[in-house]
Amino acid sequence: MDALATYALRLGDDSLILGQRLGEWCGHAPALEVDLSLANVALDQIGQATHFLNLAGALEGEGRDGDKLAFHRDVMDFTNCVLVEQPNGDFAQTIARLFLFAHYQELLFTALTASKDTQLAAIAAKAVKETAYHATLASDWVVRLGDGTEESRARMIAGLDWMWRFVDELFVTDEVDAAALKAGVGVDKAALRAAWDQRVDAVLAEATLPRPAARRPVLGGRSGRHSEHLGHLLSEMQFLQRAYPGATW
Amino acid sequence: MTDEIFDQLFQILASVPDPEIPAVSVLDLGIIREVSAERVVITPTYTGCPATLAIEQMIRKALDDGGFAHVAIETTLSPPWSTDWISDEGREKLRAYGIAPPPKGAAASALKNVQGAECPRCGSSNTEEISRFGSTPCKALWRCKACLEPFDWFKCH
Repeated sequence: MDALATYALRLGDDSLILGQRLGEWCGHAPALEVDLSLANVALDQIGQATHFLNLAGALEGEGRDGDKLAFHRDVMDFTNCVLVEQPNGDFAQTIARLFLFAHYQELLFTALTASKDTQLAAIAAKAVKETAYHATLASDWVVRLGDGTEESRARMIAGLDWMWRFVDELFVTDEVDAAALKAGVGVDKAALRAAWDQRVDAVLAEATLPRPAARRPVLGGRSGRHSEHLGHLLSEMQFLQRAYPGATW
Repeated sequence: MTDEIFDQLFQILASVPDPEIPAVSVLDLGIIREVSAERVVITPTYTGCPATLAIEQMIRKALDDGGFAHVAIETTLSPPWSTDWISDEGREKLRAYGIAPPPKGAAASALKNVQGAECPRCGSSNTEEISRFGSTPCKALWRCKACLEPFDWFKCH
């Protein structure tokens, strides 16, 4: 894949894996309203993934569509950030992951609407409205749990503390990002960091939560070096296509 | 394209209901972006809306049945669909069906400043949000504090 196709693939993989993770809550969430919320966010993410992956496949030009890319690749070929593949943990940990990612995604998609690639810009313009909902949902819960009971606060702190080490990867610019940026297609991700910090800090302050301590960042997802969790996720997500390759409804 | 064909195509599209909210047609929803003798261009509401595929299939069948098998269906994402595109008639149909329609012209500013939805049953604006996400991607769950009925609110988008 060339840089532009890879760029679209990464966007699609982030959305797909987060969507799959959130979908795991369906029928298991602590309350019906939460179940609906997380399933809806999952649906939005998988919808975005469909568009990005179809685009990646079209740009690649080897006959792979979104389904093929989602179900017929193994761990090392996935390019999502390590954050989104982290296990759900408890509800607070799930909210921590969504909170950190959704604010990044909203800023990213906002900037991506100015892409010279009209298809990427169109998907971003469509998706950013949904992502704004996700960021609001997650922020509301960070405040509610953080400024809640002793138990909810402790769990929110632990969830954020675990997820924090995966944040830096979101803003890394490698050769694919640099090529996409140079072509006027991609986003300057490093430039989003200040706005992200501001948003996240404002919510943490409202939640009376401390900013997690800086940790050695975990990187590698963009080049296929994932945590062990992604393989397990794929084995479930891809089960049907692995058992019955090419099966259709 | 003659006016007659145009009218026929519009009548056909007006007869295709949204599969999730059958009270409104695909025309009422504002997802039909272009109609010509060669093609009908549609746009999805939400990127992940599972009804998108069903809608396309239903329009295809309606066109085929109406003798317009040669009219192609195309999908576009840009400009993104907005609840502002729901017709006035569509809004009234939603209300009669028990779904509070989104306020008009509020799509851009609505996300973080949700104004009180108006109860579709008794008309009271003394209402509260129960769940920001509802039974479909496009709806939130509200409750009327005047008549005590829960109701769906079509989210501004």
